[in-house]
Amino acid sequence: MIGNVPFVVCMVLVLLGLWALLFRRNLFKVVIGIKIIENGVNLYLVATGYVHKGVVPIYTYAPPDAAMVLPTPQALTLTSIVIGLATTALMLAFVVVIHRHKRTLDGRKVTELSG
Amino acid sequence: MSVVVKTIARILLPVILVFGGYVILHGHLTPGGGFQGGAVAASAVALLLVAFGPGSVKKLKAPFSILEDLGGVAFVLLGFLGIGTTFFFNLLAGSGGLFGAAAPIGPNPGVLNTGGTVPLMNWAVGFKVLGGLGAVMVLFGLFGGDDDR
Amino acid sequence: MRRWAVVAAFLIVAGGLLLGGARMRPFGAPRYDLMDRYFNARSQAEVATNNVVTAIVFDYRGYDTLGEATVLFTAVVGVALILRRLKR
Repeated sequence: MIGNVPFVVCMVLVLLGLWALLFRRNLFKVVIGIKIIENGVNLYLVATGYVHKGVVPIYTYAPPDAAMVLPTPQALTLTSIVIGLATTALMLAFVVVIHRHKRTLDGRKVTELSG
Repeated sequence: MSVVVKTIARILLPVILVFGGYVILHGHLTPGGGFQGGAVAASAVALLLVAFGPGSVKKLKAPFSILEDLGGVAFVLLGFLGIGTTFFFNLLAGSGGLFGAAAPIGPNPGVLNTGGTVPLMNWAVGFKVLGGLGAVMVLFGLFGGDDDR
Repeated sequence: MRRWAVVAAFLIVAGGLLLGGARMRPFGAPRYDLMDRYFNARSQAEVATNNVVTAIVFDYRGYDTLGEATVLFTAVVGVALILRRLKR
């Protein structure tokens, strides 16, 4: 009996990423924090679809008469992973450009847009 | 990199590409699919970039961009194939032609010739992801440095 | 002062998230699964694929995949625009 420990673990991952997002100054570490949040959310979505003693929803050599986990969260998590990859590429490109122009990776020294 | 890395990369490169193709081809039967197979194949580009430096992949930038565009266009065209019923209707499934055999119901060893438009869309999306990821990695390798302004 | 306000906000969010995770329904017993049971039961007959996840990604929810492909294309174009070498 594990209760709902997996959900709590996903929330802990989200909180770790949020901590990095709020209290780190290095822009690379901020990007890593965003990735950790995203992985926590993806894990949460997949954990939402788990059925007790379920197998993967694939019929190739599936054990007969086994319950299958819900496929829709897995499919949408797949979409979410690819979108996260695209946004990570964009964020890293922005970090490279910021370092090129400002010669620093400190997020608090980039103040052109602060009011 | 050193000669050990270069030699191992030369050996591993075809294996990685073939495994990516396998994952894409069996996307409708086993775990995997277009995205995963494309990402596996794109990791070959990362290996090339690490082992041989950015100069070795400079010529791949334009082919990867064209590959991504062609994959996207093929995906939308396959979606339009079933426009007689709805967009993204699976016209080929169960029709008896290409990828048109009916799948046996229940757990089975898997028949490759099933799925209708799904395997074709797997290939389209696989090439799209390979092109997109490869183009991003080549761009970072070429222009991601700081001293080449 | 401002830093302590941020820490307090973080602690409030942390408490809410952990409480929400702990008070979820039990792990492994989803409450609403009518659509997923339909997909699991009918995907072999309707789409003729063994892999139900692929059937959902490319057939039942093809629009999502189309939008995701658009996002990937936009990201590649954005990276190419940002990282290009400016001729001066």
